[in-house]
Amino acid sequence: MAATDPATKPATGRRSGRTVADRLGADMGLPDEDLLGMYRMVALARAVDERMWILNRAGRIPFVISGQGHEGAQVGVTWAFQKDHDWIAPFYRSIAMCLTFGMTARDIMLAQYAKASDPSSGGRQMPGHYGDRRHNLLSVSSPVATQILHAVGIALAAKIRGTGQVALAAMGEGSSNQGDVHEALNFAAIHKLPFVLLIENNGYAISVPAAMQVSVPDVAMRAAGYGIPGVVVDGSDVLACYAVAKTAVERARGGEGPTLIEAKVTRLTGHSSDDQQTKYRTEEELAAEKGRDALPRFRDQLRAAGVLTEAIEASLAEELTAIVHDATEFAEAEPDPEPSTALRWVYAEDWPSEGPPPWGFGDGSRG
Amino acid sequence: MALMTFIEAIRDTLAEEMRRDEAVIVLGEDVGKKGGVFLATDGLWAEFGEHRVIDTPLTESMIVGASIGAAVNGLRPVAEIQFADFIHPAFNQLVSEAARMRYRSNNAVGLPMTIRAPYGGGVHGALYHSQSVEAFFTHVPGLKVVVPSTPHDARGLLRSSIRDEDPVLFFEHKKMYRSVRGDVPDGDFVVPLGRARVTHPGSQVTVIAYGLMAHYALEAADRVAEDGISVEVVDLRTLRPLDKDTVLTSVRKTGKCLIVYEDNRFGGYGAEVAAIVAEEAFDYLDGPVTRIAGPDVPGVPYNHVLEDWFMVDPQKIVAGIRKLAAY
Repeated sequence: MAATDPATKPATGRRSGRTVADRLGADMGLPDEDLLGMYRMVALARAVDERMWILNRAGRIPFVISGQGHEGAQVGVTWAFQKDHDWIAPFYRSIAMCLTFGMTARDIMLAQYAKASDPSSGGRQMPGHYGDRRHNLLSVSSPVATQILHAVGIALAAKIRGTGQVALAAMGEGSSNQGDVHEALNFAAIHKLPFVLLIENNGYAISVPAAMQVSVPDVAMRAAGYGIPGVVVDGSDVLACYAVAKTAVERARGGEGPTLIEAKVTRLTGHSSDDQQTKYRTEEELAAEKGRDALPRFRDQLRAAGVLTEAIEASLAEELTAIVHDATEFAEAEPDPEPSTALRWVYAEDWPSEGPPPWGFGDGSRG
Repeated sequence: MALMTFIEAIRDTLAEEMRRDEAVIVLGEDVGKKGGVFLATDGLWAEFGEHRVIDTPLTESMIVGASIGAAVNGLRPVAEIQFADFIHPAFNQLVSEAARMRYRSNNAVGLPMTIRAPYGGGVHGALYHSQSVEAFFTHVPGLKVVVPSTPHDARGLLRSSIRDEDPVLFFEHKKMYRSVRGDVPDGDFVVPLGRARVTHPGSQVTVIAYGLMAHYALEAADRVAEDGISVEVVDLRTLRPLDKDTVLTSVRKTGKCLIVYEDNRFGGYGAEVAAIVAEEAFDYLDGPVTRIAGPDVPGVPYNHVLEDWFMVDPQKIVAGIRKLAAY
């Protein structure tokens, strides 16, 4: 891995005291601005996510599915893609990925509250089923791994049309066992499509540990079966994730075909707000998992490199608090969708045979 | 105007649409050099090349799933499922993904894609080369389901399907590929989706059918005409969205409704038509809404005696018409 490891490199605490070559991120062409931008995304995703849980426990929103523990890998990998040009088919933990690719905290919170102006689905889907056409983020569904084929199809179209786009699909290691993954990787590899698969391996498919889901130590080993690179990366090392993704994107854009990246991440919460993970994970394990969290690790790394100063941290903390408050208040105040809109967009046009139910549209109240 | 077979109309239309719009691509098993197992794509690979006519691995879920992605990113894929019987591995991609994408994204993402598949029995295809699968998909809002019965309609409806902004399942009865011929006008005509056609005007019994059964219904109508029974045949052409107006107008006129479909009777597409007629034309009915459909066994048996027993044919329809007309 090309990433700088702060543990083996004494930090000066002052950027000016170091050569250009020593500078954190220099070997991957990342200026301080990018390092801070990446850190801001990891921290923003966490701040929004934590607020989602508070709102759920306070009874304000019925359901939460979380990205906590995945943010570092998501931000690192997504940073290597070109916003508003490349495409991402995300999954239900991809909050940090979606924020990095252009969605805002308001957009995420509108999905939590399922409001009419929710850009993911207009309040039609459960929270966590993100998507934003404006930012080339494809709508998420609940059946797992289906999105890999969509990303491969997007990559096929990119190749046929010569757009230079790369498509990324993200999913967990549990999803990686679905047949669609095999069909997709096989096809993408045959045609050397500009495609990257990110497996965010948090060790659990709801309650079932990875050893019961995957017959090999790393999902990435399966890449060999398709003749494509399979790379394992520490998902708590944001810059390492960026580095492997950068290589994969360059390969893809250069016509050399797909790459499978497996980021070893941790799941800091239950599967969802309806899951109690202490039933199948020990307190010791959960405590140890906290040590694999990218947020404090990246913070320490940037502090040690002199990129993240106390002043920046303080202003960032203030900014994030304001963003989360604003997003929550904004989303809470937005109107619910009208029942009279519920028949729309079954098709591009309305069809007379798809009429309203005998009870009409009512007044939208819960009776 | 040209006289052509059903499959020639499909092949010519695919080629024309690919010439007209470079966003149109074809993908499926053996669709390339071989031109498809029924030769529906014969000549396309030579004319348009391997980038627009793609031989896929034997992966139906991928064929549909990648078509979804290609449609998201600016193409108009026309996928071929080699036999409708083999569409089931793609069920999740069709039902959970293709059908729901526009609705679940609140109209942010539409999927202009067509899935062609040969269906139907009577060709010694047994359990896995004879199935009628339309009812699985007509049940799903967000999918359009088209079953043409003539070369004219095959051309006009395939054009409409490829140019449509939503996923269309386009089922072609394989027994009709070479046995059905008809005049096809020149020029860029289309047959709009969602419009049925009265193919035989009559006054005493309405027979509603589609695909091969639309031909058998016409044969049956001619035979019972000799007995003085006047039959109106409605060829649905598009199963979803259904042209309820044409169906109900005919039934309200004749007062009797017979629905013919080749699929298993229980829960088949005709059951929904029967329910609509019963609900919306009850006051006009002068006899039970009746179905003539395939027996409820898990597939069309191979042996020719058993296959003949399974298949709905003109004589079975004649019997149904006579019984209903006698009410």
